[in-house]
Order: sequence, then C-alpha cells, then structure tokens
Amino acid sequence: MASRNLTALRTIWIKECTRFLRIWVQTLVPPAITMSLYFIIFGSLIGKRIGEMGGFSYMEFIVPGLIMMSVITNSYANVSSSFFSAKFQRNVEELLVAPVPNWIIVLGFVGGGVARAILIGIIVTCVSLLFVDIQIYNLGIIIITLLLTSSLFATAGLINAVYAKTFDDISMVPTFVLTPLTYLGGVFYSLTLLPEFWQWVSKINPIVYMVNGFRYGFLGVSDVNYLVSIGLLVVFNVVLFTVAYQLINRGVGIRS
Amino acid sequence: MKALDISGLRKTYKGGTQALKGIDLEVEEGDFFALLGPNGAGKSTTIGVISSLVNKSSGDVKVFGHSIDQELVEAKSCIGLVPQEFNFNQFETLLQIVVNQAGYYGVPRPLAKERAEKYLKQLDLWEKRNEPARELSGGMKRRLMIARALMHEPKMLILDEPTAGVDIEIRRSMWTFLKEINKQGITIILTTHYLEEAEMLCRNIAIIDKGIIVENTSMKTLLSKLNKETFVLDLPIQSQPPALKEFEYRNIDDHTLEVDVNKDVGLNDVFRQLTDQGVTVLSMRNKANRLEELFVRMVESGRQQAGEA
Ligand SMILES: Nc1ncnc2c1ncn2[C@@H]1O[C@H](COP(=O)(O)OP(=O)(O)OP(=O)(O)O)[C@@H](O)[C@H]1O
Ligand SMILES: [Mg+2]
Repeated sequence: MASRNLTALRTIWIKECTRFLRIWVQTLVPPAITMSLYFIIFGSLIGKRIGEMGGFSYMEFIVPGLIMMSVITNSYANVSSSFFSAKFQRNVEELLVAPVPNWIIVLGFVGGGVARAILIGIIVTCVSLLFVDIQIYNLGIIIITLLLTSSLFATAGLINAVYAKTFDDISMVPTFVLTPLTYLGGVFYSLTLLPEFWQWVSKINPIVYMVNGFRYGFLGVSDVNYLVSIGLLVVFNVVLFTVAYQLINRGVGIRS
Repeated sequence: MKALDISGLRKTYKGGTQALKGIDLEVEEGDFFALLGPNGAGKSTTIGVISSLVNKSSGDVKVFGHSIDQELVEAKSCIGLVPQEFNFNQFETLLQIVVNQAGYYGVPRPLAKERAEKYLKQLDLWEKRNEPARELSGGMKRRLMIARALMHEPKMLILDEPTAGVDIEIRRSMWTFLKEINKQGITIILTTHYLEEAEMLCRNIAIIDKGIIVENTSMKTLLSKLNKETFVLDLPIQSQPPALKEFEYRNIDDHTLEVDVNKDVGLNDVFRQLTDQGVTVLSMRNKANRLEELFVRMVESGRQQAGEA
C-alpha cells in the first residue's frame, strides 16, 4: 500500500521533471535571460546611482528578491501549464483510472513545480554571481523559505489549472495578480522607504513576507520578522493544499 | 465470480442529459462481452463510470466483488481501460507512456520496463518505443493504448471501440490478440459499432440504446433470432423478371434478385423454380449485415416499448 503510493508519487514526479527538462528552452532559459537583464539594468546601470539600500549595495539587496521572483513565477507556471495540458490532452485520465490517492496526485504535481523552482533558483543564483558576491547569513532559512514558497505557488498553479477552461485562463492570474504583487512585494525596495500608510498596505501582500524572509537568509536584514514569514508560509501551504486536494477529490474540471 | 455487476446505474450530466436511465448488467469472469449501441447510447458513459472517469448519479457498480464506492482501490486495480479517444500525452515517448502508467498502479520501475518490452513487442510497437506518441499512425495509437492498459496486468480489460479507424489487417491481428489474452483468463468487455466484430469475438452481448439496456443475452441466442435470411442472387440480364412461388422476393434490377428464406425451408426450392424458368444463377451471397438489420429491429422495438410504457 505505502510502497505502491510511493511508486506512484515518484512516477508523477519523474514525469513532471522530464516534462520541464524536455522543453528546457521554454522553461529554464527565459528566467536566466530575464534575470540577467534585471541584474544588468537595475543592479549595474541604475543601481550605482541608487546607492545603498538597507545597508547593502543595491545589487546585493535585489538579488534575493529576484531569485524569489523567478521561483514564484516558475513554480506557478510549471504546475498550471502542466496540469492544464494534462487536462486538455486528457492524459490526466491515466491518473484518474489508476488507484492513486488524490493527495499523491497533488503532491506529485507540486513536487514537479518545486523541482523546477529549485533548479531555476540555482541558475539565477549562478547568474547573479557574475555580478556580485553573494553572502549567506543563514542557509537553513534560505532553504526553508525556498521550499515553502515554491510549494505554495505550485499548489496555487494547480488550483488555477483545475478551474481553467482555456490557455488564457492560466495566464490571467500571473498577469493580473502575481506580477503586481511581486513588483510591489519589496523585491526592488525596502518597505521603510514608503510612507507609513503604504508600508501598512504592503504588509497585506503575502509576497512581502516571502521576499523578506528569503532576503533575511542571505543578508540578515528584513522588513518583517522571518519567523512570521515562515509561519505564514506554512499556514498558506496548508490552506492551499487542502483546497487543491478537495478540488481533485470532487473531480472539478476533470471528471464529468 | 462476477467480473462486473452493475445495478440501477443512472447518470445525468450537468447539462441535464440523461445518459444512463437505470442500467443492470452482469459480466462473468472470463467472459468476452460486447456492449453494442448506436452513437450516444451511453456506452462510453457506462465505461466511464466503471473506470472512475465519470461520477455516477446513482446505482451500484462492483468489479470482481469490489464496490467502486467502498473499495475503489481494489476495483481500479482489476481494470485496464482502453478509452475511445486518444488520451496519452502526445509528446511523451511510447516507453515513457507505458512505464509511467505502470508506475501509477504501483508497479516498480524495473518490472515496468520488463513488461513494457513484453507488451510493446506483442503489439508490434517495440521498434517505435523511443518515438513521441504523436508520430504514430492511428492504428498504432490504438495499439499503444492496449499496451498501456495491460501494464498492471489487470483481470479485466475494457475497450471502448478499439478498432475504430483501424485497417482490416490490423483489426484482424487485434482480434487474434484479444482472443489470445481472453483465453489466458482476462475478462474482456468491448464496445463496437461493427457487428461482425462482436460476432467474431464475443460470447455474450448487451444492446444499449438511449441509456437503456434493450437486450442482454448470449451471442448464440441472438443469432438464433435470425430465423429469416435474405439472399442476393446475381443473374444474367433478364428480358422478363423471374417469379417465385411461396417466397418473398424482389427483382432489384434486370439482373439481381433478392429472396427472403426462412431457415427451416432451405434454398433448394428457390433453385428448382429458377431452373424451371430457365434462369441461371451466376452467384449468390448473403445480404450484407443481416446482424445489422437485427440490431436495428431490436433498437426500434426497444424504443417502441419505452414509448408505450
Ligand atoms: N461530458 C459530457 N457532458 C455532457 N453530456 C455528455 C458527456 N459525455 C456524453 N454526454 C452525453 O451522454 C449521452 C451518451 O454519450 P456516450 O458518450 O456515453 O455515448 P456512446 O454510446 O459512447 O456513443 P458513441 O458510440 O458515439 O461513442 C450522449 O447524449 C452525450 O451527448
Ligand atoms: Mg462512446
């Protein structure tokens, strides 16, 4: 029983990883290019004029945020497009007819998104090393924040794909929700630069906590307490995982 | 042991379509069973419910005694499904598709790879194992779905129109293959529009129409209901159409005659009468698809009964 579930989980995970590695030009290269551009433009060109931020050079300040940004985008995109196309091509039926528990299905897809996010995280970190020396304040916090953030957005991508009826539906949330929240999430600036009201508003934005938690792991500075960040991530993960599980259980969008 | 036991199965889709209106169906272990019916009759819906792709509205389904409500895992493990439409990932290779499918059933990877070789070879796809599925021909794709369905070595194989769009040669080799695995003990249920296929393969048959089972019997009994057969006789061109006493006949054109013959009467008298009129019979054949006529009759009488009720 347990070993059967484990085999099923591994199979879904391997299948998911094979998928994004097969189309690496679409999945792995673009974030490397985008982030290089950010590093060049904001870090090197404009950054010099900005000067220090939170006690660090601007380049050092934005690197953790930019890594986090690509982790968020890619974990979300991986699961939303993979699950949607499994639904669209109907190969999700391969899973539905098999005795795979639904929580394993969710875990397998999310695991695929996390794997891609980690790989991207490593790639972007390597790219950033061309521009700046990265310091590490606490590796444990970096890893925990990375895992929790990627699994959170992978799960969110899955939920999006469950509801999506067309390919457009899976680009709506990234365009209208994720991108604005990320840009306003303290990737490029410290919240302390904002007027008090906007600081307060920013703290409703969950991405602020992820970016700052992650930055704390690198630099040891943060606009919010890193424990709050991790706590929130855990809570959000539990909530979204439960929602995703319920949706698959009810067969929303996949079983008529 | 019953391989499949369905009672009172109903399905109403979200749009309001009543696809199944209370179906009862039993299939014995080891049987080769045909589910026949016109387009939209509810065949795929029935199969969908059995294989967990469609949520039923009410009724009970048991697979080898395991209820799909209480013992879903056991029930699922008994079934191998070959769906009506291609539903594999077109970008994956054949090997990936079948090995992954085995993995979903908990078959460890090394064993899955052994079986992949066995079944892809049996279905004549081994050469193509590293090609993406989208590069296969339609007939190969059908065979790929059969291989995929066998990877966890199920006790029952359900095939939804497995030979649609498959050429005659491959269809025959698929028939041989299915007969072979049925002989090895796998229960087979298939839907088809080709009555010839059902006649060739199946021992028992159910006919479904508009969500109702209108007939459920053995192939033998069904065929014995055909007490009248129609023959088509090709003649040299006749200046005067021949006439037959005590037979129903039709002169189709100046060189074709159709005669209805009761099974207990025989053909001798037809030939005697024609010989007496100096008519040569060049060739003769069964009117094609006598089963099809029977099928249409059954469906129509089912509809009449439903209308009366
Ligand atoms: N997903 C669905 N949503 C709504 N209605 C459906 C759905 N699938 C099937 N139906 C309807 O249910 C009825 C039965 O369809 P089903 O696919 O079971 O027929 P079938 O016997 O398999 O036909 P065919 O021989 O054409 O494959 C049809 O009226 C069909 O329109
Ligand atoms: Mg069908």
